[in-house]
Amino acid sequence: MPRRTPVTWVRGGGLTTVLFLIPLLFAFGAFSWYPIVRTVLMSLQHTNLVQPATWVGFKNFEQVWHDPLFPVAVKNTAYFAGLALLFGYPIPLVAAVLLSEVRKRRGIYSALAYLPVVIPPVVAVLLWKVFYDASSAGAFNTMLHWIHLGPYPWLQSEQWAMPSLVLESTWANAGATVIIYLAALTSVQTELYEAASVDGAGLLRKVWHITLPQLRGILLVTMILQIIGTAQVFLEPYLFTAGGPANATLTVLLMIYNYAFGNSLGGDYGAATALSLMLAGFLAVFSLIYLRATRSWSTR
Amino acid sequence: MSDGEGGTGLISSSEWRKPTVRWSIGTLQALLLVALVFGGLGPILWLAKSAITPTIDTITHPMGLFPHGAAWSNLKEAWTTVHVGLYFWNTVVIAFGSWASQIVVATTGGFALSVLRPKYAKLINGLLLTTLFVPAIVLLVPLYIEIVHPPLFHHFSLIDSYWAVWLPAGASAFNVVLVKRFFDNLPREIFEAARIDGAGPFRLFWSIVLPMSKPIIGVVSIFAVLASWKDFLWPLLVLTNPNEQPLSVRLPEIQAQTSLGVFLAAMFIACLVPIAGFLVFQRSFLRGGGLGGAIKG
Repeated sequence: MPRRTPVTWVRGGGLTTVLFLIPLLFAFGAFSWYPIVRTVLMSLQHTNLVQPATWVGFKNFEQVWHDPLFPVAVKNTAYFAGLALLFGYPIPLVAAVLLSEVRKRRGIYSALAYLPVVIPPVVAVLLWKVFYDASSAGAFNTMLHWIHLGPYPWLQSEQWAMPSLVLESTWANAGATVIIYLAALTSVQTELYEAASVDGAGLLRKVWHITLPQLRGILLVTMILQIIGTAQVFLEPYLFTAGGPANATLTVLLMIYNYAFGNSLGGDYGAATALSLMLAGFLAVFSLIYLRATRSWSTR
Repeated sequence: MSDGEGGTGLISSSEWRKPTVRWSIGTLQALLLVALVFGGLGPILWLAKSAITPTIDTITHPMGLFPHGAAWSNLKEAWTTVHVGLYFWNTVVIAFGSWASQIVVATTGGFALSVLRPKYAKLINGLLLTTLFVPAIVLLVPLYIEIVHPPLFHHFSLIDSYWAVWLPAGASAFNVVLVKRFFDNLPREIFEAARIDGAGPFRLFWSIVLPMSKPIIGVVSIFAVLASWKDFLWPLLVLTNPNEQPLSVRLPEIQAQTSLGVFLAAMFIACLVPIAGFLVFQRSFLRGGGLGGAIKG
């Protein structure tokens, strides 16, 4: 075996491989790996882009922890995620099970379910903002008036604002989950249905004892992905309410945004990166616990 | 897509013949269809209707159907006076550059990691997979500062340059993983045969691997363009000049300065490309064929 020298390395194609890797290494190095490291450093620094950064230890974390808005944002984010789970988790499953039994023109059903997902989120939010017009001539209030309900204040009331955000978010995202469940449903073993039918099991029993248990793997994954996604909700509170009324829709991501970019005099980048790391750390720990807790159940 | 007999088999043929089952399932499915038309199509139809309705009618009778005729002028006014035409082309330019950067990174990187397989490929793979687990928000602030003050290039800023959107778009680990998995499944005998016939890595990449990878490149392209069309926060931060901003960033801004009818027309225009793309490439979206198949590998 010849000794490895730079020349044999080049002749053996080592250099060509590196050439092919340059776009990847540049893109990820500059725009992914370096910023991840930089976030950790910045969370321990005071940065104002004019003077050199100074090390401040865990001061940024302490500052965020003692910010009176911090518990508000955490509570609101948990509320959003919880409501989104309540609205958005069962609906796609029920729709997918019903849809999978459609015998004619199933494509139209799934296309209709998916359509909201392709609408640009900014358009979706701004359109729903028009629907949520709190006057009695608003689109939703007009329709609810037909069945003698309302008018509701929607985004303008502390109590209704968050559910309104969740409703739009569910509308915008449910279709994608329906498509995932539809794909998973095609792999359910159909022999079990036949066996159950022979044993005289009714429809609901078949769904409960055969369909759902076989889907549990994918159900567990979509649940944790949904929680991770909704914990990072930004667009809805930013565009619908800017966190209002009275901070009723201030979420963790909106708080990070406000720390970094909300102040025209200069951002508090230390606090913003500290809070983003706290969120990432929480989600990582939460996911690990979730996977541990559900492992025996998902592989049984 | 008509399936004839079958479905998933949750309801057996004998059950399907029972009138009670037929009726109840039929009713539930009809309700589902009504809900889907109302929920999925309804808001978009309303937007289409209101885009060509005079503002005053939309405000006073939001659910009315052209009580005083149509106002096609909304669309024209949005396109010219409100500069939606300009923002539309900005969006196209941004989407095209982001697409190009994602395709270049994913195909060359996937080729190197899957076909050339250097010894350190495992390390790079590991680093790529870790980034999949890091929430995007963690990157936001340092990325922004990097664009304002690029390291190594002081007195130079990428703010208001489209490169600030195009370049970071390339760092999508999801794309690289998808493309790499696809390359992993290409028959390796073909690569060997090409090598024996004297094809170097560049020839192998350009004339053999890329032409065989049209399906996965198509899927990555569709999702790259759609994601770029949807993107809001990043272009909002790095493109501060209104004449350069894409539709998603401009729409919230122009809302305050335009009449509702023209604003809704602008939003309708912003939806057209994604909806058309969805209708044309429905299979890629709905079969999950591209994504699911590639992930299962």
